[in-house]
Amino acid sequence: MQPTKLTLADGKVFAGFAPKGQKNSPPAEVVFNTGMTGYEESLTDPSYAGQILVFTYPLMGNYGVSGKNNWESDKIHAYGVVVSESCQTWSHQGSHQSLLDWLKNQNVPIITGVDTRALTKHLRVQGTMGGIIGGSKSSLKNFIFKTKIVSVARPIIYNENHKKTIILVDCGAKNNILRLLIKLPVKVKKVPYDYDYTHEDYDGVVISNGPGDPADYKKTVSIVCKAFVKNKPIFGICLGSQLMGLAAGAETYKLRFGHRGHNQPCISASPGQCYITSQNHGYAIDEKTLPKDWEVNFRNLNDDSIEGIRHKIRPFFSVQFHPEASPGPTDTSWLFKKFWETL
Amino acid sequence: MITESKKGRAGRSSFKKVLILGSGGLKIGQAGEFDYSGSQAIKALREEGIYTVLVNPNIATVQTDGDMADRVYFQPLNISIVNKIIAREKPDAIALSFGGQTALNLGLELHEQGILAKFGIKVLGTPVSAIKITEDRQLFKKALSEIGVKTALSQAAYSVEQASRAAKKIGYPVMMRSGYSLGGLGSGKIKSQAELQKKVRQVLRVVPQVLIEEYLDGWKEIEYEVVRDASGSVIAVCNMENFDPMGIHTGESIVVAPSQTLTNSEYHQLRETALKTIEHLGIIGECNIQFALNPSNGDYRVIEVNARLSRSSALASKATGYPLAFVAMKLALGYLLHEIKNSVTGSTPAFYEPALDYIAVKIPRWDLVKLKTSDRSIGSEMKSVGEVMALARSFGEALQKAVRMLNIGADGLSIHPYEFKDPMEEISEPTDRRLFAIYQALQNGTDVDKIHSASQIDKWFLAQIEVIKNLETDLSQKPLGRELLLDAKKKGFSDKTIALLCGTSEEKIRQKRIKAKILPVVKQIDTLAGEFDARTNYLYLTYSGTENDVGPLPGKPIMTLGSGPYCIGSSVEFDWCAVNCVKTLRKYQKATIMINSNPETVSTDYDRSDRLYFEELTLERTRDITDFEKPAGTIVSVGGQIANNLALPLAQRGYTILGTSATSIDKAEDRQKFSSMLNRLKIDQPIWQEVSSLARAKTFVSQIGYPVLIRPSYVLSGGAMNVVSDEAELKKYLLEAAALSPDHPVVISQFISGAKELEIDGVAAAGKIQIYAITEHLENAGVHSGDATVVLPPQRLYLETIRRAKQITRAIVGELNLTGPFNIQFIAKDNEIKVIECNVRASRSFPFVSKMTNYNFIEIATEAILGINKKADYHTIDLDYVGVKSPQFSYNRLKGADPVAGVEMASTGEVACLGDDMLEAFYNSWQATEQTITGKNIFLSVADEQKYKFVDECLALYERGWRFYATPGTHDFLKDHGIKSEIIYKISDKTEPSIPSGIVGKKFELMINLPSSSETSPDAYTIRRLAIDNHLPLITNAELARTLLQSLVESKTLEPEPKSWQEFMAGKYQPTSPSSAAQKLL
Repeated sequence: MQPTKLTLADGKVFAGFAPKGQKNSPPAEVVFNTGMTGYEESLTDPSYAGQILVFTYPLMGNYGVSGKNNWESDKIHAYGVVVSESCQTWSHQGSHQSLLDWLKNQNVPIITGVDTRALTKHLRVQGTMGGIIGGSKSSLKNFIFKTKIVSVARPIIYNENHKKTIILVDCGAKNNILRLLIKLPVKVKKVPYDYDYTHEDYDGVVISNGPGDPADYKKTVSIVCKAFVKNKPIFGICLGSQLMGLAAGAETYKLRFGHRGHNQPCISASPGQCYITSQNHGYAIDEKTLPKDWEVNFRNLNDDSIEGIRHKIRPFFSVQFHPEASPGPTDTSWLFKKFWETL
Repeated sequence: MITESKKGRAGRSSFKKVLILGSGGLKIGQAGEFDYSGSQAIKALREEGIYTVLVNPNIATVQTDGDMADRVYFQPLNISIVNKIIAREKPDAIALSFGGQTALNLGLELHEQGILAKFGIKVLGTPVSAIKITEDRQLFKKALSEIGVKTALSQAAYSVEQASRAAKKIGYPVMMRSGYSLGGLGSGKIKSQAELQKKVRQVLRVVPQVLIEEYLDGWKEIEYEVVRDASGSVIAVCNMENFDPMGIHTGESIVVAPSQTLTNSEYHQLRETALKTIEHLGIIGECNIQFALNPSNGDYRVIEVNARLSRSSALASKATGYPLAFVAMKLALGYLLHEIKNSVTGSTPAFYEPALDYIAVKIPRWDLVKLKTSDRSIGSEMKSVGEVMALARSFGEALQKAVRMLNIGADGLSIHPYEFKDPMEEISEPTDRRLFAIYQALQNGTDVDKIHSASQIDKWFLAQIEVIKNLETDLSQKPLGRELLLDAKKKGFSDKTIALLCGTSEEKIRQKRIKAKILPVVKQIDTLAGEFDARTNYLYLTYSGTENDVGPLPGKPIMTLGSGPYCIGSSVEFDWCAVNCVKTLRKYQKATIMINSNPETVSTDYDRSDRLYFEELTLERTRDITDFEKPAGTIVSVGGQIANNLALPLAQRGYTILGTSATSIDKAEDRQKFSSMLNRLKIDQPIWQEVSSLARAKTFVSQIGYPVLIRPSYVLSGGAMNVVSDEAELKKYLLEAAALSPDHPVVISQFISGAKELEIDGVAAAGKIQIYAITEHLENAGVHSGDATVVLPPQRLYLETIRRAKQITRAIVGELNLTGPFNIQFIAKDNEIKVIECNVRASRSFPFVSKMTNYNFIEIATEAILGINKKADYHTIDLDYVGVKSPQFSYNRLKGADPVAGVEMASTGEVACLGDDMLEAFYNSWQATEQTITGKNIFLSVADEQKYKFVDECLALYERGWRFYATPGTHDFLKDHGIKSEIIYKISDKTEPSIPSGIVGKKFELMINLPSSSETSPDAYTIRRLAIDNHLPLITNAELARTLLQSLVESKTLEPEPKSWQEFMAGKYQPTSPSSAAQKLL
């Protein structure tokens, strides 16, 4: 390992170490996640595309890296990783490499030995900002966070033999959404984010999670608007929730430092049940702009922000959190079944 | 509409009066953690203005303080007494889950006997029906199988035959468990049919049912602390992973929080199962669920659910900052999780799961050496007496911190007092020293794989320890540059160890690293990993960090050193002292800082002080914190011996010690200095000499004669202390004692038999006594003061003795110019009084004398330290009642330990009760140590010189219809005095009826066994052990026997009307701050 540093857009520098010969990260948005497990799942979550991910739990890589079974896509999407300690002496039956080796193989830079708590507190106070591992502040000068689109190139069909069909709009969908959907007795057609499915026969739509600013998904939103007319059940997850909000006519805004972790408390509107949820988002629906025929379905107990919306009459609902978990708690996986029941 | 459901439901509780059951005296498996949980529960009740009644004979607890419950009963936790208390108090509801297994079992009994129904008392929190499912293995397994949750393959057995059949079916080795367990009593791995028969027979005497289960050797052991409210909202507050896999009780395991080796899917699969299980069982409040996890395929078994606060929940609470007991009580009152605030952030709700950004490591504290003859192996039964918890941002740092916190003479993994011929032996057959054996094996070049196969400990942990070992090698071989020094600190090496490895001094290393700006940073426990702005005062130090979360506390704070881990001789009483000290400081608007390392304490509740450092009580760390905080001074006199020992080294380095000066502390601690002071003051003391060789010891003893007492010079609770009566013993113990403390020579002193012991606990200010209390020991000298039955006010002392004790005290207090708490122990015989020990700190008996006299000695001591002298007239002798403190032993948990009190302390806790007279107080107090005499059959085996001591009492009992059983000699003696008895033969007589068959056949309900002092037959030991293993009350001390028999004669003392502490103190008693409900009701 050799000394390196993480430089933030506001000039704050955190010293640390990187494997020898590691290249600098591209400039990226620095965000933190408070989950204590699930580094494999998080790093392969497409929603982190374009971001440098800080893990607040100080010991990462303890159980090594297994294979794609635990991955949420087929590669690491984060642009860089910040940890306090990266374990080289990992131990787990199912694993075959260390976190450092995996990152190296995937060409993703890491900085270790960072006071990630100090960094987290800085981001909490100053807000999410640009940063770079290894490079200098000058390369951050004109940094603007741009949405990186992650999607399939063309539609893929799963569970072909079933009659009922769900459209999974892939804006960077996590594998576990697909895994849970294909457990249901339905055909799943995963389609690109800008694919217009509204002229096809289908029984329901799932709009996936994904990276970046929902406002950058204009095409997806306009297709959702068309889908509303068809009155088939629609289920939005994370970015999908924001896109449904935009399609309904609401606005979204950027949170100061987002919600990223496995312990976000939410309460449902009725019957007022509380759930611990897994979250990873930087944007939220602005409640003031929510049209009258829509209502808040779930709310965050920490900051009262919107965690889900639903149409008052029609079969459209969404959640801002991740019912598919992976990583994180599985308390709300029943939502998939609930969606299926509306088909 | 959501906002509506979030608000407006507070204050729903309709209860006016709640009864809480405590856990009694500290014993192995049930220690100080229940003072924490009970105290938090009472706090939650007080907030609601609910009148609170507490039954707990453990006077050394914070929960029994005057400002906690509205009414406290220092009474035995048995059904007949609690029934009477219920009848007179008529509470609306009862809380069973805050007093450990003792309270839970008692609560179930109250329910079974219809007492709760009779008085219309509601059980708070988890309903009895659910508790019963968690307590009955068969019901439990059935309930879990209903929802497809897997439990270990098992079968219940009510007889030895059934158990054998079940074991055969499952296949050896099997695991035996008993229903209604307490810290795993009666549980264990069984390898053969013969072993099974022996153990099952033993356990079935105590409980009706055992379980024979599949043995999950080598599976990981994982726990979750789950909280659920009445609406069904449920969270897993914390998960914990045992370093030691299945087979070793979680109380005996090193435990980390959060889990370290579980993948996300394993973590959440178990969490999901935990939540589902708790939902199905209908738990309301807090519970603990334990899993076994197969490391090769992720398969799991639920081991058990504890539907109450537990040791694990106390640990989880301290590890995360989530006040589990407080929240559990609020939920029991009907609040919902999202209606309660997260007290750390103050803004977010209690419905969340803490995200840790550090690691917590718990290590148990054993005291197996002090409990002679008990073997060192650890397994599925608990033997440890305390624990420590260390927080850091790397495993190595947390682990080595925890090792130092244990206070066992280990300065991390490299420097420890143990030697291993073959460390692999203790790795595969674990003992309390296994961690050090692992380190030794790694140093010997054994690879991680081999240690893993011998121990099944996950390789992650072993590899982490190997990192420490490699660093040690680097430190001893490479030049000490900044990077190496920083690496060493990040992995938890102390300055002292680094110095030793590099061949320099601790001070030089300290200066070097300060110069290199290698300083630990102060971090907060904020429950949310920095995500929310939390103004928390709960802190720890780590080297894995670059920025402090806080600056020094303003307002010239006063720092108080806590007790460290509980061990024999230093227990919950010192936590009581520390808590009361800080409480007094805050009363005088002083900013307060607390340092402690023990998760089973109230002092580590972060709302007890302005700042809590969950940290090591070592010189290095105390200096680190003092350098950072720059407090006005440090109080070392309320935390017991660990804190007291820091006084001199801190003062020598220029740190301010408040109260009695460090030089005076040293003068009292250093035997030589203390003795010459006594000589100068013309105060008598037993003749003694310090020796460093066997030859000199022999010469000295030839002058004074046997028996003699041997001990090391710095002594707490009689560590390595012993009475020896011949040269062979002298030789043996001299070597043991010397080995224990190489820096301090050994002291041999004259042992005076047949003498009385008395103690003075007091407070001084600038060399003048402010308050004092005299107590007397029921037993004659020779029983350690911690194991003695203590009476206040004294009942049998001559006024002359009291007067002289006071004069001596005044002289010592003046000469040492004491300011603060002190304790002096005396021995009195034939009108002679000698000083045997002086502690210029709070002693074990401070809570006892405070509660019995209703003067808070620690409050007065703290005021003295602050220079506040209230002129007051204290009455501590002329009282209308008597208080008796009894030792609580844990012999039934320590296989093989000889249950005889001696100069070496062996009790793990204490209780005390009040009475209108001595016998009432004594009998209550004795019963409060969980002993009952269920019939009228007494067995006596008494040496000749003791026989006459209680013949009158025996006769009186005989006349009242008691039946006597006696060994031939005792039988003849009784016969001569007109008492008929049945002869029971000694083992050596090889004739029936014998003592063992009498014990096993439950022929007697009380056993008095007073062997002659020269008699050390192995038979005597076997009989005592048999009595303990069969739960037969056993008395081995003549004075104790006489008093107990007197109590039995005075039958009215058997059925006293239970009075509360407040009633005994009526007229004298002033509650510090009664709750509003209390004011209404009083």
